Amino acid sequence: MTRRIVVLGAGTGGTLAANRLRRMLPDSVDITVVDQDDVHVYQPGLLFVPFGLAHAEDLVRPRRRQLHDGIDFREVGIDRVDLDGDTVHLQDGDSLHYDVLVVATGATLLPEETPGMTGPAWNESVFTFYSLDGARALQKRLAGFESGRLVVNVVDMPVKCPVAPLEFCFLADWFLREKGVRERVDITYVTPLDGAFTKPVASRALGGMLEQKGVEVVTEFNTGEVGDGRLIGYDGREVPFDLAVVVPLHGGAAYVGRSPGLGDELNFVPTDEHTLQSRARPNVFALGDAANVPISKAGSVTHFEGEVLSENVRRFLAGEPLDAAYDGHANCFVETGFHKALLIDFNYDTEPLPGHFPARMGLPLLKESHLNHLGKLMFQWFYWHTLLPGRDIPGIGSAMPHGGKTLPAEPTEAVR
Amino acid sequence: MIAETVLQRTVAGVTVDVNGEGFFLHPEQWSEAMVPELAAAEGIATLTERHWQLIRLMRAAYERDGTGPPVRALSKTSGVPIKDLYELFPKGPAKVAARIAGIPKPRGCI
Repeated sequence: MTRRIVVLGAGTGGTLAANRLRRMLPDSVDITVVDQDDVHVYQPGLLFVPFGLAHAEDLVRPRRRQLHDGIDFREVGIDRVDLDGDTVHLQDGDSLHYDVLVVATGATLLPEETPGMTGPAWNESVFTFYSLDGARALQKRLAGFESGRLVVNVVDMPVKCPVAPLEFCFLADWFLREKGVRERVDITYVTPLDGAFTKPVASRALGGMLEQKGVEVVTEFNTGEVGDGRLIGYDGREVPFDLAVVVPLHGGAAYVGRSPGLGDELNFVPTDEHTLQSRARPNVFALGDAANVPISKAGSVTHFEGEVLSENVRRFLAGEPLDAAYDGHANCFVETGFHKALLIDFNYDTEPLPGHFPARMGLPLLKESHLNHLGKLMFQWFYWHTLLPGRDIPGIGSAMPHGGKTLPAEPTEAVR
Repeated sequence: MIAETVLQRTVAGVTVDVNGEGFFLHPEQWSEAMVPELAAAEGIATLTERHWQLIRLMRAAYERDGTGPPVRALSKTSGVPIKDLYELFPKGPAKVAARIAGIPKPRGCI
């Protein structure tokens, strides 16, 4: 009997899940992947575009070419999912019946939800580097920016890659120093969090680096509105800017909101944090930015989830219990400027700690090094050639390694 | 696993465990009788029906999801605009309402 898996989204999660499942399952299981376009963006590269360190066109490849033979790709928008009918309705009027649905449609930028943000100032004095067009526009603006107030603002959590706006500050400091105009620019980091990052040890380390680089930090600021050259907080505080680089509000894909019972208030899919089975239906799974599991929305998270999700989908189809368990493993290179980067590695229970990765002789954790910068640059190759095809990166598995990490001397708050 | 700071605090005559930021470590130690005293400690002298609605909503969201909603989600579920939430719970509605509702810090911040 032929059965069908429908994967919604051909980004990082959808692509690697479909490729893994294709290898694991017999031909009697059809796999169909749906996406609204054929443009796969290497999102970690967007950070480098505004500084001329990467070109937007080099970050893009066709989605369908990342999918293995034996996977059907449909380039069409999704209208809605009918959970009771196990059917996906497409925007061309067609529909797809599924035995298992994998939701991997990521997070959507919602700049229009902040009043004033997408007005005349958008891409004139207010930019985001979280999209290809935004990153390109910002590159042009930054090239001629030689004095004034540069404000980097995360509007509200959750956002993709919570370290990216910090990396932007570090790179902006480097970029402006290289240009010889750093002393004529004030850089301010404005965050809704109570520190540079949410996890205490990393927050102290990253906060210390902002201070050392002369970046002012405004905390617990919830942007309610963008006025004429100023961010206006809900609590009445204002931050003036000449150039604002914002990480806009995020939500799940719009069709999730049109699919009764699938998503939460923000259109993310409530999902079991260990099995990655959705809470909507047993035959619906979710991974990556689309899922509301309590860990950063990041490519590494999606990669580690993919291994667990594909095994659990196989088990579900075979009628076996879902015992593959994701531990919340996340792993991020944090670019710090001057050809250096630091590496953080954490999961649901262990915050990012100093030490080495993956073991005592590995890359330095929570500490700047040139080696980590090279690791970050090299990762783009691994992304297209190892991660998307659904292969394992040698020595880096789904479960977080404990060896090599140094526990803090003083007790700190648990991570959640 | 890293040890959590545990502080003890007496609310409405009952000893409860909170963390360094004042969030309940054991939500089951909370009762509605504690709300006026917890609210007063946050600078909210008069509790309106709106406050109660939002506190109960935080509590229900926690019982359903294992975490309180972030402010944007709280606004969407309650229908109360974010601006009004800031008037009801100055200094950050999601966190303040979570402390009064006796639930852990919302996990929206990750």
